[in-house]
Amino acid sequence: MTSLSKAPQPAAGPVLEVEDLRVRLRTPRGTAHVVNGLGYSVGPGETVAVVGESGSGKSVSVLALLGLLPPRTATVSGRALLHGEDLLTMSPERLRQVRGPGVGMVFQDPMTSLNPVLSVGRQLTEGLRAHGHVSKAAARARAVELLGEVGLPDPGRAVDRFPHELSGGMRQRVVIAIALANSPSLLIADEATTALDVTVQAQILDLVERLQTEHGTGVVWITHDLGVVAGIADRVLVMYGGRCVEDGTVDDVLERPAHPYTRGLLGALPDLAADDGGDLATIAGTPPPPTDLPAGCVFWPRCPVRGDARCETEQPPLAPVKGSHYRDKGTSGVPGEGQYRDEGTSGVPHRAATWCAEGSGS
Amino acid sequence: MVLAGVSVLVFSLIHLVRGDPIRLALGTRYSQETYDALRERSGLDLPLVEQYLTWAGRAVTGDLGVSFRSGETVTALIAERLPATLTLAVAALLVALVIALPLGLLSALHPRSFVDRLATVVSQFGISVPDFWLSIMLILVFAGTLGWLPSGGYVSLTEDPLGWLQRLVLPAIATGVVSGSVITRFVRSSTLEALGADHVRTAQAKGVPTRQVLTWHVLRNALLPLVTVTGVQLAYLLSGVVVVEIVFSWPGLGQLAYQAVRDRDFPVLQGAVLLFALVFLVINLLVDLLYSRIDPRISRS
Amino acid sequence: MTQLPTPGATPAQPPPSEPIPAAAPPRPRWRETLGLLARNPTAAVSAVVLVLIVLVAVFDETLAPDGPNDQDPGRQLQPPSWAHPFGTDEFGRDVFSRVVLGAATSLRVGFLSVAFALVVGTLIGLLAGFYGRWVDDTLMRLMDVLFAFPAVLLAIAIVAIRGAGPANAILAIGIVYVPIFARVTRASVLGVREEVYVRASRSVGASDWRLITRHVLPNAAPPIIVQTSISLAFAVLAEAALSFLGLGPRRPNPSWGLMLADGRGFIEQAWWYTVFPGLAIVVTVLCFNLLGDGLRDVLDPRQRTLMAGGGR
Repeated sequence: MTSLSKAPQPAAGPVLEVEDLRVRLRTPRGTAHVVNGLGYSVGPGETVAVVGESGSGKSVSVLALLGLLPPRTATVSGRALLHGEDLLTMSPERLRQVRGPGVGMVFQDPMTSLNPVLSVGRQLTEGLRAHGHVSKAAARARAVELLGEVGLPDPGRAVDRFPHELSGGMRQRVVIAIALANSPSLLIADEATTALDVTVQAQILDLVERLQTEHGTGVVWITHDLGVVAGIADRVLVMYGGRCVEDGTVDDVLERPAHPYTRGLLGALPDLAADDGGDLATIAGTPPPPTDLPAGCVFWPRCPVRGDARCETEQPPLAPVKGSHYRDKGTSGVPGEGQYRDEGTSGVPHRAATWCAEGSGS
Repeated sequence: MVLAGVSVLVFSLIHLVRGDPIRLALGTRYSQETYDALRERSGLDLPLVEQYLTWAGRAVTGDLGVSFRSGETVTALIAERLPATLTLAVAALLVALVIALPLGLLSALHPRSFVDRLATVVSQFGISVPDFWLSIMLILVFAGTLGWLPSGGYVSLTEDPLGWLQRLVLPAIATGVVSGSVITRFVRSSTLEALGADHVRTAQAKGVPTRQVLTWHVLRNALLPLVTVTGVQLAYLLSGVVVVEIVFSWPGLGQLAYQAVRDRDFPVLQGAVLLFALVFLVINLLVDLLYSRIDPRISRS
Repeated sequence: MTQLPTPGATPAQPPPSEPIPAAAPPRPRWRETLGLLARNPTAAVSAVVLVLIVLVAVFDETLAPDGPNDQDPGRQLQPPSWAHPFGTDEFGRDVFSRVVLGAATSLRVGFLSVAFALVVGTLIGLLAGFYGRWVDDTLMRLMDVLFAFPAVLLAIAIVAIRGAGPANAILAIGIVYVPIFARVTRASVLGVREEVYVRASRSVGASDWRLITRHVLPNAAPPIIVQTSISLAFAVLAEAALSFLGLGPRRPNPSWGLMLADGRGFIEQAWWYTVFPGLAIVVTVLCFNLLGDGLRDVLDPRQRTLMAGGGR
């Protein structure tokens, strides 16, 4: 076994670096461009929250990292380096070794993510025993311990239960325990706590935080829940139409959203929120089908601003947002110009894929 | 409840006959004494409800009446034929599973591959071919042209084990192919379904080796419902071998029932039909029991 | 907790493995159905072959070179030739002509028996599903009883009691398949009975009859149509079996099952005598099965596994 199975990792370099990730799926309606040139990195102990509507490509982009998309229909390109090693070109056996201790994944739907005919304990120990010589008894003891850590009541008995005997929230905690079983250096959580109540959620978040400080685990957290984003994320990445339309620190993105879509999501754009008294923000229309993306900016068909004529025919590149000066910088979209000059306090650039200047609320 | 209904229906069979069943059975030359004796023994001289109660009461104790033809008890006739039918049905089920499991699994694991296409063609053909025609074709090829196997008949296992096996092979294949095709399709579709299940992805994400994912998370889930299908197929095989038994002169229940039809020997027909329905119900019950033992979702809740 | 507002009109989150929701409208119209079927080559070819078989059965007398009992003395049991493409039988009759003429017998019994099962079974299923309670209990228990009998044996028993002949064969095969139609119909009726529009119609005082014909039946139709195609396959098989056993049409009427029974005696000398009528059965049954599968893919994609083992 390699260094990956041994945690903790030295805090040298990012845990995960994704570059120009593209995913195409063959569907009955033609080729779907689900992820289109996504790039981000996750440092040791860092939490990146990925937000966006359903169908924005969030889930597919993380499934692609672990090679969990159906190989017959999915084409993945780009690079995804886990401690410098490309997940996308790995041999199947190496990928198997990485799944678990390298990357742990929590899936969305607790009702279907567990095998109904195997006991909870069996499903936990299986992952433990796949990565190193662990005796049955030791694996079982560890399984009970893990179930306790995720806050399952009476873990000693729960370990012998079957998924249908547990509530949705309890099943979700089992799924989380499975992902954490091998102390992964990267944890990917897809709507992991959405089904849980606030107390349990806090407990899980604490657990993840402890893992981060103890093992330097990097976390990619896909969620709809702004409370979670604000609570645990260091950085936020907003996805739309398979692209990153805006990223930056939590403060930058939540406080000073630059992209009209982000503002729509946050309900910060007056035009959008006015009718509802600024309470519930909805953006008119639906995301473009990935089989038929618009020629210009992916958001153009729904964009309430449409501040620049180029938006209709060209996709604005992801470029640094220059705070309140942004309005005056007509050249901000030119590649190579001042990409990292205007960095925020954390050393993370605040970037957005937009040309529009109107309505910057800051 | 269903059993009571079944018994009423079987009982009424004899009363739906146009004309006097005994007269029909005996033909034109019989003595009045034979007629009266049969009539009394069959209870046909009693009022209808009383007849049913007598008949059902006797049936519960295993007395299904006597044959109009030979005068033997129906129970004895059935008991004599049952082993042959059981042997054939079990052999056919073996043939079916030997075909269906590998073919169904391989085609599900390699969709659109050569094996998959082959399995689809073979199983479609298998459910569309009349078993008696397949029997004739098997006889034509293996007994006629090639001369490898006898074209029919039966010898007991203890007398001549090789001859027994030789005579069993062709009818077992002829009946097994149909069930095998049904099961192949079932195995394929349930395996495909299991392969696409979310929990398989969870298992993969744990880094469990592929082989282990397949056995514990795909096959185990896919094959659980196979118990039900296999049970249904066994019930079908026990009763569905009627025509094949006739083609191969296999002395089983199907042949007995057929002879009963030809001879208008209604008590024997009644007995055979009742037995088959009973077998169907018992197998269903056993399948339910077995299923609840092996599927935690049922046994624990 | 602050929930991110979900912009747009996408209430449900589609599973990530299936980013495009499958195009499966619950009630495709006829034209659409035909269009989808045409794109399924197997089903399309089956449908065309079936139409041809039906045409052969309708115009059998024009198409058959010889009459059913035209004998060609001195040319008994001849192998296939230009004059007799399927050879001749023990009386010197043209096997090809008899196969063509036998199509009508097989299809008539098949169609009529399935029609009987369809009408009676659907009616029972509708009543049971729509009215529920004791109607449901009584009818479905009855169906369970009928279902407990092995199909072929039940048909044989019915023919044995009613006497051999095509009419009784139709009745026998029909009765055997009644429970299947009743179950399929009842299941789909239960599925739609509580749908909003049915309740809405009921609340504005629509009559039961109107509800059934306007709302329940059209929605229950897809699985019934699929079941009809598959039952036709089994009905043709069952007809052949009954004829083979001498419980169907009487000699010398041309019938595929009877030809197999007769040809069996000459299997060593004349393989064509049994091979060609048998192939006729296989092709017909195969096409009904393939069409049924195609229809199921188009009309009823979710039920695929439910019926894989049914019917036989």
